[in-house]
Amino acid sequence: MAQELEFQNAYKYRINVCCSSGCVPFGALKVLKAFEDAVKEFGVEKECKVARTGCIGTCSVGPAVLVEPGDYLYQSVTPERVREIVRDHIVLGLPVKDMLYERNAYFKKQHRLVLRNAGKIDPSRIQDYINMGGYGGLLKCLTDTPQAVINELIASGLRGRGGAGFPTGQKWSLVARAQNSPKYIVANLDEGDPGVFANRTLAEADPHAIIEGMLIAAYAIGAEKGYIYIRSEYPLAIQTLQKAIAQAKAMTLLGESILETPFKFDLELRFGAGAFVAGEETAILASVEGKRAMPRPRPPYPANSGLWQKPTLIQNVETLANIPLIIQNGGAWFAKTGTPKCTGTKCFSLTGKVNNPGLIEVPMGITLREVVFDVGGGVPDGKKFKAVLVGGPSGGCLPDTLLDIPIDYDSLVKVGAIMGSGGIVVLDEDSCMVDTARFFTEFCVDESCGKCTPCRAGLARLKDVFGKITNGAGEMSDITTLEKSSSFIRDGSLCGLGQTAPNPVITTLRYFKDEYIQHIVEKRCDAGKCFKSRGEEEIE
Amino acid sequence: MSTNAKVRVATVWLSGCSGCHMSFLDQDERLVDLAKKITLVYSPLVDVKEFPENVDVTLIEGAVANEEQLAMLKKVRGRTKILVSLGDCAVTGNVTALRNSWRHSDQAVLERAYKDPADLNAAVPTAVPKLLIKARPLHEIVKVDFYIPGCPPHADLINYVLTELLAGRAPVMEGRSKYG
Amino acid sequence: MSTNTVKLKIDGVDVTAAEGTTILKAAKDVGIIIPTLCSLEGLTAYGGCRLCLVEVSGTPKLFPACTTPIGPGMDVTTQSDKLKEYRKIAVQLLLAERTHICSVCVADDHCELQAMANQLGVDHVMFERNWSREEIDSTHDFLVIDRNRCILCTRCIRVCDQIEGVHTLDLKLRGKDSQVIMDLDEKWGNSCSCTSCRKCAKVCPVGAIYVEGEPIEHTKKRDVAEFIVERRNRK
Ligand SMILES: Cc1cc2nc3c(=O)[nH]c(=O)nc-3n(C[C@H](O)[C@H](O)[C@H](O)COP(=O)(O)O)c2cc1C
Ligand code: SF4
Ligand code: SF4
Ligand code: SF4
Ligand code: FES
Repeated sequence: MAQELEFQNAYKYRINVCCSSGCVPFGALKVLKAFEDAVKEFGVEKECKVARTGCIGTCSVGPAVLVEPGDYLYQSVTPERVREIVRDHIVLGLPVKDMLYERNAYFKKQHRLVLRNAGKIDPSRIQDYINMGGYGGLLKCLTDTPQAVINELIASGLRGRGGAGFPTGQKWSLVARAQNSPKYIVANLDEGDPGVFANRTLAEADPHAIIEGMLIAAYAIGAEKGYIYIRSEYPLAIQTLQKAIAQAKAMTLLGESILETPFKFDLELRFGAGAFVAGEETAILASVEGKRAMPRPRPPYPANSGLWQKPTLIQNVETLANIPLIIQNGGAWFAKTGTPKCTGTKCFSLTGKVNNPGLIEVPMGITLREVVFDVGGGVPDGKKFKAVLVGGPSGGCLPDTLLDIPIDYDSLVKVGAIMGSGGIVVLDEDSCMVDTARFFTEFCVDESCGKCTPCRAGLARLKDVFGKITNGAGEMSDITTLEKSSSFIRDGSLCGLGQTAPNPVITTLRYFKDEYIQHIVEKRCDAGKCFKSRGEEEIE
Repeated sequence: MSTNAKVRVATVWLSGCSGCHMSFLDQDERLVDLAKKITLVYSPLVDVKEFPENVDVTLIEGAVANEEQLAMLKKVRGRTKILVSLGDCAVTGNVTALRNSWRHSDQAVLERAYKDPADLNAAVPTAVPKLLIKARPLHEIVKVDFYIPGCPPHADLINYVLTELLAGRAPVMEGRSKYG
Repeated sequence: MSTNTVKLKIDGVDVTAAEGTTILKAAKDVGIIIPTLCSLEGLTAYGGCRLCLVEVSGTPKLFPACTTPIGPGMDVTTQSDKLKEYRKIAVQLLLAERTHICSVCVADDHCELQAMANQLGVDHVMFERNWSREEIDSTHDFLVIDRNRCILCTRCIRVCDQIEGVHTLDLKLRGKDSQVIMDLDEKWGNSCSCTSCRKCAKVCPVGAIYVEGEPIEHTKKRDVAEFIVERRNRK
């Protein structure tokens, strides 16, 4: 906090311009330049810092600009109106009301742990991160035994944010106990689900949180080498991480004898080529080794036999970004947020038919209704809510009646959805559930690695059946075919991709079966999405 | 036993090579026993022009390749209690359906048959029923109750299935049928 | 090798086998044959076809017998209505995926997929068949690959890599578009690594790889990998 004050004192104001992948297409870089010019023009550059930051979380109304102190959030800022903001807000102390984002609803129920620094620090400056208390977790853990660090993790109840929700402390114990060496860490930043951008945003906004998390993990399990596996479609995140790694190396936070202790850890980036399946943990290992990203059966588990058959810890980057906080504040502190079995927060990419789309971070256990209607602000244009797809392309489509379930790994699985990578898509009355299931099935057909029969051949046939139904050639027996093959794909597939791919089909059949029947019997699609082009497949 | 009590059986020949019917005949002396229990009310083997009503069991050979066959199949399904796909063409499409992997195979296959080999006046005849875009196995179009795969299906297998059906039992195909 | 043994039950039969043995092998040793297509003795396990799925009591999950090691006290079921149903769906999916027309296939009567369909009573395919147009390569002097019949079991790839040791074969593309290729997607006739040893043709479970003009029963020797491995291990 002392550092924080010092830094606030140096500048009276701080203008944070989001320059992450969400706001740049809206012209954020021009806005940044305009602010830099304007503070000079008004002669306030000594008291007002213009910073290029990561995502603030209101991606739909970008470019977003956060003015501190007071957390004034401006939306849809244009270079033309920048002078106005500097003149009125900075020089005269009067915020420009009509451009302020109505933040109550959107931010009130959010709880920002992972995104603690997002939008507030310049990700290209390690000093910014350190000013916010960064690398304090590492310092603290270096004075502790590795086992004490693991114990803290176990006490925190943290579970993996990459989808499966495996207890992180337990995973660390397994790798720490594995006899073989060297040991490796792989940070999973593949994020292959369409419409999901939480991990990218994190890397663009606060790269050092990931690096610090990896360092603490490395210390705890005894690893000397780590990889961040990131998809090459994320150029800004890659750049940001590369810069962050170089800065950390320069400050002896990475490399040999870290902070002049015997602890050493080296970090490299590895690039994925944009296959969804490459995020699966055994596929990621193959890819890091330079092989085809194809999953393999487990056991052996990566904790015992991962990269080059050595014990390997694979962790999602959001999981990792929680670690420094847990070490600094203690596991018990962390466990106070969320539910007893599911502690902490979770980032979600909230998209679709919702008033406030964006990247949100909410405590575990919050209900879907709160996310959609409070944080998300409900469905726009007075339309009726229809369903929410939770868990990305292989998530479940849940109807209104299930909106009051709490968001945690186990509750979601019970109703046929998954936490997945944290994609939430809101669908309104204009969406057709059959068409939605078809869309996501097609995504998974394209992304299947092709190794196992249920996923490779099964999903392709599901796609055929959807083609038939949405073409007007559906028969009631098609529903049985969909049901039978979906359960085989779910139960019989080798990896998580196939095991979860039929979720949209299974849940729409469970909660919206009447729509299927309408399509098949009445050849009717109320949303007007189907029966558009009559395929050549028809026989009658 | 009066003829009325006999089971009314029909066989139909769609797009197949007639091999399945040959196999049916290959039941040889067992046909004599069969004849005591069934009346063959419609078949390429008997001279009945119109497919009758109230048929108990119909065996269909061949895939559905053109509109005439499509109409025939639907009529048969409407008039039959138990429909059996006889042979690989009826069960899988088989050789008849090999054209399905060509694009616009309905046109291509006619041209290949009538135009390519002709030296004079190459033309696709107009009097043949219109081909479907794809040749299809029966169960992709109507509900099929039992299947006798094989190219051709073995006479023993045909006999087994008929015997079971006549006895009111569902045939068990595990370990019995074989494609090809 | 570990000499520790593990006790378990397979279909009610008490079984004792060495630690690390797969369920598939342990079952086979007591005469219980679990259906398989991709697995082949002598090659590493792949876990792709999913025919060998079995139930283990105490969990609703299914386990591929070919890759799952036995555990103490396991109670394994290899036959149940659900497994039967799933195996039938798996075979139907393979039959529907590419153009499998047994009556005109070189491997008719010597095909493991055809035999599996027969054994499981797959008398029809509930899915509409996908009439594939995959590439056929007959540029090699005598080996032919007809990818329309390939079930992507990767036996050929594994035998070429692990037994012949040249790794001519591999996969390209993914999902339903996956293809077995030679070298870096060369025509087989131009492959500079293939030794023409025919092992791929010997182990291919279907009629996708065959020797031109040779009766299939002469080509197929599916125990070639097991045989060579056994000979190599002899001291
Ligand atoms: C098809 C598929 C894709 C996945 N993609 C990702 C991903 O992009 N990022 C991720 O962190 N985990 C992904 N996972 C989950 C990983 O397999 C693994 O569980 C996770 O990285 C472990 O880290 P955690 O314990 O921190 O969650 C994926 C899993 C599957 C089956
Ligand atoms: S489930 Fe799909 S992605 Fe996973 S191994 Fe099987 S084919 Fe590959
Ligand atoms: S013939 Fe031998 S070397 Fe050539 S591809 Fe087949 S297995 Fe490999
Ligand atoms: S060619 Fe034969 S052995 Fe090779 S993957 Fe295909 S089916 Fe398997
Ligand atoms: S034999 Fe086990 S998955 Fe193929």
